[in-house]
Amino acid sequence: MKIYADNAATTKMSRAAIEAMIPCLEEDYGNPSSLYSLGQRAKEILERARAGVAAVMSADPGEIVFTSGGSEADNQAILSAAEAGRKAGKAHIVSTAFEHHAVLHTLKKLEREGFAVTLLDVHEDGLVRPEELEAAIRADTCLVTVMYANNEIGTIQPIGEIGAICKRRGVLFHTDAVQAVGHLPIDVRSENIDLLSASAHKFHGPKGVGFLYARRGVRLASLIEGGAQERGKRAGTENVAAAVGMAAALKESAARMKENAARMSALRDRLIAGLSEIPHSALNGNAVKRLPGNVSFCFEGIEGESLLLLLDDRGISASSGSACTSGSLDPSHVLLAIGRVHDVAHGSLRLTIGEDTTEEEVDYMIRNVKEVVERLRGFSPVWRDLVNGKGRFIL
Amino acid sequence: MALYSEKVMDHFRNPRNVGVIEDADGVGEVGNAKCGDIMKMYLKIEDGVIADVKFETFGCGSAIASSSMATELIKGKPVSEAMNLTNKAVAEALDGLPDYKMHCSVLAEEAIRSALEDYYHRNPDKKPADQPA
Repeated sequence: MKIYADNAATTKMSRAAIEAMIPCLEEDYGNPSSLYSLGQRAKEILERARAGVAAVMSADPGEIVFTSGGSEADNQAILSAAEAGRKAGKAHIVSTAFEHHAVLHTLKKLEREGFAVTLLDVHEDGLVRPEELEAAIRADTCLVTVMYANNEIGTIQPIGEIGAICKRRGVLFHTDAVQAVGHLPIDVRSENIDLLSASAHKFHGPKGVGFLYARRGVRLASLIEGGAQERGKRAGTENVAAAVGMAAALKESAARMKENAARMSALRDRLIAGLSEIPHSALNGNAVKRLPGNVSFCFEGIEGESLLLLLDDRGISASSGSACTSGSLDPSHVLLAIGRVHDVAHGSLRLTIGEDTTEEEVDYMIRNVKEVVERLRGFSPVWRDLVNGKGRFIL
Repeated sequence: MALYSEKVMDHFRNPRNVGVIEDADGVGEVGNAKCGDIMKMYLKIEDGVIADVKFETFGCGSAIASSSMATELIKGKPVSEAMNLTNKAVAEALDGLPDYKMHCSVLAEEAIRSALEDYYHRNPDKKPADQPA
């Protein structure tokens, strides 16, 4: 059996997205900046895609900028807010300890340029506390940036509450919604979101394309200088086919969101229940306020990379936050942020199911993860010490 | 391209000499759980020869494969030869390791040396004159 359980890493493109892209590549290949009809036709197709994306987000088409993906959108949103802040003499940013590196590394860069950054605690359940966020806002705060849902542990943040606080306090609010768009209902107006980042390949669109929503009136700084594409906010000939594929994928995801979420949440909970039977294991993050497809566990006494390799042998594609899979000596900053100690964080497993995952596949995953964890524990000196009382179980 | 060589995957999937020797003559443990790698080696030594060796490893695929290969390289060999096992020999026997995984082979070398030092500690009379304390 072959099971793809890494949908938080990327997703398979939808048939609708592929079919929408092909005419853009074969027939409507003009440059949207050209004035002859072939070019203007491409322009029209591009703008239709923009309107489609905007409609799903309850935004206006003029508020959507196409980017190369989520990382670029995160960079542009944060650097734009920082530039506006700098001009107004405000150089403080509030964020969280478990943001994606596209956000954290951009904030690090701003710190080197003199900005002060407050990273909020996300507690054991992986949730930001709105009252702590409000308390962190200072007179010189120019931006609050909090992810919509976490990519590793799937916890969904109280975005509406945070948006209301930021609006009341007159601070720009950006959310990295890469894991949420296409999976959760988002309304940028009612949630008071000023800036939002998204990536198409997380919701069955193509890779290499995403968008940045910027509320009308929020000034964007351009990361790429050149032509006047994207109203001067993003130079370079537009990737029309990719934008069209993204819009088609998003439209389909939005139309099926409710039924998909219901089915996936039920399967997710079945998977969580099954894996919870493994002794000395624990679910990472709040069990309820989490993405419909996300299951993240820590297993004591084993290491994540070996777990992934053995699961791959059994046809299961999964991911882990262990140091060995991150290419550094430290395990995932997300797991450390929710208080998992190093020893335990190394033994993490993330399974992110998709819209087409079946109950049979879930049961296969439960059975195989159980077997593989047991096998690795069988020759782990850490596990032996724990069982023999020489160490203390944490989970 | 695969992450690891076929040899690494073979030793990872079917590790040789896995387990514990209850009445071992030397035991060595290196690494720590904080960094994500721990190797424990058990040696049975008879007439200056590694009569038996077993290991337990908490770690990634290359850590498990490195321990397994290291045990194969020293089993049946004179203690003096085992003492000179290098991480390079372990990595070469595995048809290479990715650069950022070379520390796994270093850990295997250190685990065996640590077990031999434990053996010498228990049997000071067996220690060769040129062997550092």
